[in-house]
Amino acid sequence: MKKRLLGTLLSMVLAISALAGCGSAENQEDSDTGSVYYMNFKPEVAEVWEEIAEVYEQETGVKVKVVTAAGGNYESTLKSEIVKSDAPTLFQINGPIGYQAWKDYCADLSDTQFYQALSDKELAIKGEDGGVYGVPYTMEGYGIIYNLEIMNRYFATTGAVVGSIEEINNFATLKAVVEDMQSKKEELGIRGVFAATSLLPSEEWRWHTHLANLPVYAEYQANGVTDMQEINFAFQKNFKNIFDLYLQNSTTEPKMLGSKGVNDSMAEFALGQCAMVQNGNWAWGQIAEVSGNVVKAENIGFLPIYMGLEGEENQGLSVGTENYFCINSQASEADRKASADFVYWLISSPTGKDYMVNKLGNVAPFTTFTEEEKPADPLAKSMLKIMESGKVSIPWIFTTFPSQTFKDAFGGALLEYAQGTMDWNGVVSVVQEQWKAEKALLNQ
Amino acid sequence: MEKTMKKYFPLFVLPTLVAFLIAFVVPFVMGVYLSFCEFTTVTNARFVGTANYIKAFSNQDFLRALIFTVLFAGVAIVTINVFGFLLALMLTQKLPGRNLFRTVFFMPNLIGGIVLGYIWQSMINGVLSGFGMTMLMDAKYGYWGLIILMNWQMIGYIMVIYIAGLQNVSTDVLEAAKIDGANKLRTLFRVTIPMMMPSITICLFLTISNSFKMFDQNLALTGGGPSGKTTMLALDIYKTFYDKVGFEGVGQAKAVLFFLIVAGIAMVQLVLTRHKEVES
Repeated sequence: MKKRLLGTLLSMVLAISALAGCGSAENQEDSDTGSVYYMNFKPEVAEVWEEIAEVYEQETGVKVKVVTAAGGNYESTLKSEIVKSDAPTLFQINGPIGYQAWKDYCADLSDTQFYQALSDKELAIKGEDGGVYGVPYTMEGYGIIYNLEIMNRYFATTGAVVGSIEEINNFATLKAVVEDMQSKKEELGIRGVFAATSLLPSEEWRWHTHLANLPVYAEYQANGVTDMQEINFAFQKNFKNIFDLYLQNSTTEPKMLGSKGVNDSMAEFALGQCAMVQNGNWAWGQIAEVSGNVVKAENIGFLPIYMGLEGEENQGLSVGTENYFCINSQASEADRKASADFVYWLISSPTGKDYMVNKLGNVAPFTTFTEEEKPADPLAKSMLKIMESGKVSIPWIFTTFPSQTFKDAFGGALLEYAQGTMDWNGVVSVVQEQWKAEKALLNQ
Repeated sequence: MEKTMKKYFPLFVLPTLVAFLIAFVVPFVMGVYLSFCEFTTVTNARFVGTANYIKAFSNQDFLRALIFTVLFAGVAIVTINVFGFLLALMLTQKLPGRNLFRTVFFMPNLIGGIVLGYIWQSMINGVLSGFGMTMLMDAKYGYWGLIILMNWQMIGYIMVIYIAGLQNVSTDVLEAAKIDGANKLRTLFRVTIPMMMPSITICLFLTISNSFKMFDQNLALTGGGPSGKTTMLALDIYKTFYDKVGFEGVGQAKAVLFFLIVAGIAMVQLVLTRHKEVES
């Protein structure tokens, strides 16, 4: 009996020591300075963040760990990482809906230096208690990207509807130009005016999120609100205008769109097979990377998305952000401070600013950036030019869209509409019903 | 010997027991508990009773996924077992190069589901594009796509188990049947198959549980499209958990129901087929 007890005890000790060996190594460096653990949202700049972490450690001696979540898996990665004892101290949310999900983990940032440096305090995410819980670190814009080389080829043809890109300032003109271009596609050497309207599941965000932003914003404006529990999708005709234009004047048969992803669209644009594609300033890297890319930096620019809304002659790009820095409120005070210092270093020190602007390509909305410190990539430049020209930017209100489930349903309906298995009224009712249902669930 | 075994039994079983507790029992119990909670991460759970279970049926998604899964599993289980068994029969005959064939048929099983899903997606879309369509045109294309994919992946694995079973059927019994004048077909149905019931039990269990639990192939091949019509249970749970704000608990509740359904079906099947097993 005694031996048995001894044996049991011994094996328990063994097991425990073996287990203890796993977890202890990482947690020992909790010094007074704290350390930073950043969960990066953008896989395309993962290497840049690694580099920043190294440089920052060399400069200040504070350890920075960067983990990048694979595309589309940020929420799930964050959910599993944040419960660990070595949890992310700095992470990001995508707006008010993201804040609802993560409010238990968002620390009040109103006293931090980087919030103080935010050029427009309205951009930050505020909680019900008035605290500041998310600070945007970049501004992005999207519209219709065009290849000026092909456009110029068109303007030179006989009977061209307009003579320059500046003349396209409303939907009627855009439609006339696009349809004329499509009929002359052989002459222009393209397969279609617009790149494929990618409708593969989880590749439809350019439509159910970005494009839908405009009619929903118009509806908010018409009602004088910033969010709605139910929408009528009152400007669905405008959405249909532009969506039909995309579908019918494209490189791809509408029935084949269920096999196209965003990469396919961007590749078509980069290879000069189409003249226009709807996307944002982040797409420049993607276009430039395609091998055999024929689009030159000086030939690329933005056109606002016209869909026949009132006063659209003066409409600019859709500008906003889906990237807000948050600091983990459940991290130790030293770590929280280290994280805040790290962000401030990024937006105020010469090295940090260089990374922010030139390597990460962020249009940082902070007062610490001077006029010269603007990104060099052509799409960001085009976006800033349009913003400065006095056109009215449309804010990103898709951050108030109820949930991914709503977006998926909307995207699925658009696919069915494109391939002819659902009529437009079906799409409209999917939007109305899903919006209502998902918004109702949020408030339970 | 017996005594020593008894004495040291706890010592030898403990490491496994601890691992089993940590890696299986604790997460399982926590999972069941969390299905009664509202939570963002597993450490900040708040008890809400059965609300999650009620919400799980607040829309048709779960039921629709359940029906689709049953339809899928019903066909997939039959085709996989029939084709797997036929292949096994073929590859236990004296064929030239049969080891090569066994390896080739087994190989799809070594490739991950996500990769297979994307490969088949482009293949099926490639074929359908000849007709001016894609797989997302109609749910039936996705449905048959999933069945083909699952068959392609599982047949080889099931075949290997059946081959092992076939080789275990004693030649004495087969010889006796031959002397008694049974023809080949009769021998197969009256002697070989009853003798192989243990393999059939295992194969049915594997195909039932794998068909019901299928996730990666579903995610990669159709992503649930068009409009969620080809969403299976596991994918529906995943989407509930990650795509709706504050629905983590509901996803968890669906997962518990999912477990009960799959475990229930598998148990019934085990009892039924065990019953049919014979001793030679």
